Amino acid sequence: MVTIYDAKPGLSRRELLKRGGIGALLVISGSAVISPEHAWGLETSALKPETMATLIQMARDIYPHDQVPDKYYAIAVKGHDEQAGKDAAYKAMIEDGIADLDKKSGDGGYRGLGWEDQRVGVLKQIEATPFFQAIRGGLVVSLYNQKEVWPIFGYEGESYSKGGYIARGFNDIEWL
Amino acid sequence: MAASFDLNNDGVVVIIGSGAGGGTLGNELAQKGVDVVILEAGARHEYEDFINDEWGSFAQLAWTDKRTTSGDWRVAKDFPNLPAWIVKSVGGSTTHWAGASLRFQEHEFKTLSTYGKLEGANLLDWPITLAEMEPYYAKAEAKMGVTGTNDWPRLPGNNNFKVLKAGADKLGYKECHTGNMAINSVERDDRNSCQQTGFCFQGCKWGAKWSTLYTEIPKGEATGHLEVRPNAMAIKINHDASGKVTGVVYADKDGKLQEQKARIVAVAGNSIESPRLLLNSASGKFPDGLANSSGQVGKNYMRHTTGSVYAIFDKPVHMYRGTTMAGIIRDEARHDPSRGFVGGYEFETLSLGLPFMAAFLDPGAWGRSFTTALDHYDHMAGLWIVGEDMPRAENRITLHADEKDAHGMPIADVHFDDHPNDTAMRNHAYKQATALYAAVGATRTFPTPPYPSTHNLGTNRMSEKAADGVVNKHGQAHDIKNLFVSDGSQFTTGAAENPTLTIVSLAIRQAGYIAAQMSAKTI
Repeated sequence: MVTIYDAKPGLSRRELLKRGGIGALLVISGSAVISPEHAWGLETSALKPETMATLIQMARDIYPHDQVPDKYYAIAVKGHDEQAGKDAAYKAMIEDGIADLDKKSGDGGYRGLGWEDQRVGVLKQIEATPFFQAIRGGLVVSLYNQKEVWPIFGYEGESYSKGGYIARGFNDIEWL
Repeated sequence: MAASFDLNNDGVVVIIGSGAGGGTLGNELAQKGVDVVILEAGARHEYEDFINDEWGSFAQLAWTDKRTTSGDWRVAKDFPNLPAWIVKSVGGSTTHWAGASLRFQEHEFKTLSTYGKLEGANLLDWPITLAEMEPYYAKAEAKMGVTGTNDWPRLPGNNNFKVLKAGADKLGYKECHTGNMAINSVERDDRNSCQQTGFCFQGCKWGAKWSTLYTEIPKGEATGHLEVRPNAMAIKINHDASGKVTGVVYADKDGKLQEQKARIVAVAGNSIESPRLLLNSASGKFPDGLANSSGQVGKNYMRHTTGSVYAIFDKPVHMYRGTTMAGIIRDEARHDPSRGFVGGYEFETLSLGLPFMAAFLDPGAWGRSFTTALDHYDHMAGLWIVGEDMPRAENRITLHADEKDAHGMPIADVHFDDHPNDTAMRNHAYKQATALYAAVGATRTFPTPPYPSTHNLGTNRMSEKAADGVVNKHGQAHDIKNLFVSDGSQFTTGAAENPTLTIVSLAIRQAGYIAAQMSAKTI
């Protein structure tokens, strides 16, 4: 069972940083991926937490939006942990896929590559694999269908309960 | 009060499907006192049940039963099991449609005579003319409350329309307005007027957009002559030794097979399911499927030459606010072969919410080229291209050789290859739309590939001669006189216009014919 929690992870920021970072952003603690900067954590049950951390980075590299915090990428990929818990073959596909990604990335692994372009170069090598397609195909719904990210893109979502836009700017364009 | 008919009542007209064709035909017949049972594969969701959420609504309304695809169209690669974006629910795709209600042009009923023979295209003149259709178009417009007809004002233009109009003016286009829409611009027919909510594709929660769900169907039910049976998936049409159809086998809500006896059967399941049902009804007497002596059942599948162009501007647009299809440019709808193709196309504004924009802007794409487009979602404007595509014998619905549905019936395969005329038209439209948005200051434009088909047409085509098509000018099967086709599958050719108004007009016309034939006891 994967849980995303917003509360403080229970460890001080200093303790977390001592345990070793993923870049400077994500920290592995026990079975969890933790973002000390933003006080959220993602606990894994089937996949290795390192795998989950790499999936989060991979998700961002596939659909990079610099204004979208990691938390939403984490939510977008957590379904793979649930699926892996139910399906051993699926679990193997994800773990093997990530292992392959790390191997192709050299000594420091995928997360060790400092530039997005370097990581994208590795992703392009595996673009046709079922692993990559499973991650990308899932993300296109699981990332962009989070209501919480819509305001970041300026999309307002449901409007019926507000009476539509007839009095809320359906024709308010001024620059033409 | 809604009627309830016995399964053994062989005096009823059984209509398969409750959308633009079936729902309209059902009400029109019921108004004339004819007893009708509509079998609808989907559930009944009333308009207050609709969801202002793209994926949530898709799960509620879309026809997601498995189909397979083949051919060179990109849908076969990106959405191999979803060739069409249509609806399985009472009201059919009239819950989902945008509301554009345009009459065909005169020449579009005579494409073979007008365009001449075109290699690789199965062009044919309709057995009816615009002049014959005009009274029925007028009835349909009055029924549906089409803006810009009958003194009903056009809808106000939203931001997306204003960008389109500014570009149209810059390019010198003359016929640009907010359309002829079956969306109430004023309260009428006991329904609300448009509140500019967006989400037209997700079912109008105000009931302002015409749908058979809350117009034709309840009006028909009120006569006591119409029963709509939801969750009833037609499996097979039965016939007797003489070849007359006698009833429809369907799976009920529990998956149990039932047979509704019938005096007349009208098929209106949209252009994939309708031919599939005729093919799946093959028998010893009709080994190639019902009404298929011409071999044309399933052939000539058309989907309109479509595509979208989205553009990003340096200032906000908020295209998703207000009616989804908020305006039109008609200048390119003419037939003018000097452009390098026959037939024409319309530009109609379109918007998708963020979730669907991510799924459809460039399916399969990833990386910054793609994501920087979405980063400016609120600065985007967009339009849809809808043009006449060429009927081709090879573009067709066939029964899958191995795969079967939950009831053991072969599923449909949808094969489509673009005709060179389709490609030339689409490229012309991409170029014009890109110029249009550039003229208003677009910093980047996206020629977006066609979505899964919303306009599915032509697979039981209408023809003068029995050898050329499946049904006659009344939608009556050439081979079986008490079998009718009542949806867009009877279209001989596709025209440049959105098909619903023509489907509704044909259904009104067909109802008159059926009632007259019943009175005369010829069927």
